[in-house]
Amino acid sequence: MNTPATKVYLGLSEARSLHAAIEDVTQGLGMVHLWGMLGWQDIKQRYRRSVLGPLWLTISTGIMVGTIGFLYSKIFGQPIRDYMPFLAIGFIVWNFLATTINEGCTVFFGAEAIIKQVKLPLTVHVCRVLWRNLLIFAHNAVIILLTVLIFEKGSLWPGALALAGLVLIAFNCLWIIMILGIFCARFRDIPPIIASVLQIAFFLTPILWDKAVLGIRGWFADINPFFHLIETIRAPLLGAAIPYASFGFLFLMGLLGTGLAIAAMSRFRARVPYWI
Amino acid sequence: MPHIKAERLIVEFPIYDTTHRSLKQAVLHATTGGRIARDAGNRVVVRAIDNISFEISKGDRVGLIGHNGAGKTTLLRVLSGIYEPVSGKLAVTGRTATLLDLNLGIDPDATGYENIVLRGIMAGLHPKEINERIPEIAQFTELGDYLDMPLRTYSAGMRLRLAFAVSTSIEADILLMDEWLSVGDATFSEKASKRLEGLVNRSPILMLASHSHVLVRKVCNRVFILKHGELTEISLSDMPGGPVADVSPAQLLPAAR
Repeated sequence: MNTPATKVYLGLSEARSLHAAIEDVTQGLGMVHLWGMLGWQDIKQRYRRSVLGPLWLTISTGIMVGTIGFLYSKIFGQPIRDYMPFLAIGFIVWNFLATTINEGCTVFFGAEAIIKQVKLPLTVHVCRVLWRNLLIFAHNAVIILLTVLIFEKGSLWPGALALAGLVLIAFNCLWIIMILGIFCARFRDIPPIIASVLQIAFFLTPILWDKAVLGIRGWFADINPFFHLIETIRAPLLGAAIPYASFGFLFLMGLLGTGLAIAAMSRFRARVPYWI
Repeated sequence: MPHIKAERLIVEFPIYDTTHRSLKQAVLHATTGGRIARDAGNRVVVRAIDNISFEISKGDRVGLIGHNGAGKTTLLRVLSGIYEPVSGKLAVTGRTATLLDLNLGIDPDATGYENIVLRGIMAGLHPKEINERIPEIAQFTELGDYLDMPLRTYSAGMRLRLAFAVSTSIEADILLMDEWLSVGDATFSEKASKRLEGLVNRSPILMLASHSHVLVRKVCNRVFILKHGELTEISLSDMPGGPVADVSPAQLLPAAR
């Protein structure tokens, strides 16, 4: 057994410490076996007793992308070999982001049963949500690869840069889930607001349509974080110019957001179990 | 050296979804529950733990008694670090383990073995530690080949056996228990009781919340009474209920009858 360590809990006014918040984050990130298993279990639970199992994820996304891709390529009058891969990547990355953000709202009060029974870093629950959605994304990524290969888009380089994009996206998702989780635990009106905002954002973000149609109003996409989140994966895979600006945007947003998340954790971490 | 020191602990729950006045008045007269008051921001709060101080050292077996809502479970959660006190100071030395809810982390669609691992990981064990314990846990449950089946095929009693076996396979310096666990049919119940006693005896510090004065008398050497979140310590001989002859905890288990 480990040598007994002393844990000191001070009143909340003193417990709002940066130190405790950082400890929560580092310990939580380190508990890979715990959130890895919980996230994996979430997926298994959803597809137990089904013959195709998680393959359903891939199939249903494939049908969706195929149908919308065909329809909209006709509506927009674009060649299907350009439109289909463009849509597939944008749509699948968007789905990942939207689900992760929506589930980020419920990360803590959804884990009430665990939080009230065992002392664990809150970050564990954040990682679980992200990991679960990354696993689903991995299933859907098959579609992305298929369309890119079938329609002969992109190449190994700069295609591999999409992985760097994915890392940046995951980095940003962590702070988004954490902040949303904390505030949604306290204010239960936030989740529906977020859900509505996301619905609108889907149409305002270049997913179904290309940024190029904005012409000189391209700034409208440039100020949209979702555009950059998608572009870091889409542009490299389509063999377009490397979107340095998007990579920079995500990097800075990640740093800023992580700072905010740590600040929110310092202030409210100890309150979360009381709120749920 | 395992040790707990609490100084002037206060725990208050903010209540956000009541309209206050009438409820406040109604509940102030109630005999159960913590005190309901308002905090500085004029929110309704329930003071579940009210300014309590105590010290517990190695070898102490503390029985925590009090009526429903007196703050027993809340106090256990505070000691395990789940609720951090609103004010006051708490210093806990040693690895704590909580036995609050047998069903933590139990997934009805996963197999018995998967559930052992899930539950063990949540209780803070490393996958390696759990794998070492699986044979022992499996053998204790006497579930045999059923452990390869999904949990939803189990009877309620079988589920309890599994949950109990995993929950009690922990090692800790400080064991925090909410009610003495009771499981299964008569023979298993006796076996379970032995296992629980073993765990309790191995743990340098025990805090047991219970409604059974007889059990507390049997297992504990210190008694805390919680009332409206306030704590008083009484001596064992002052416990309400009169003297009780030799009773083994196994005999106290309601499920055994």
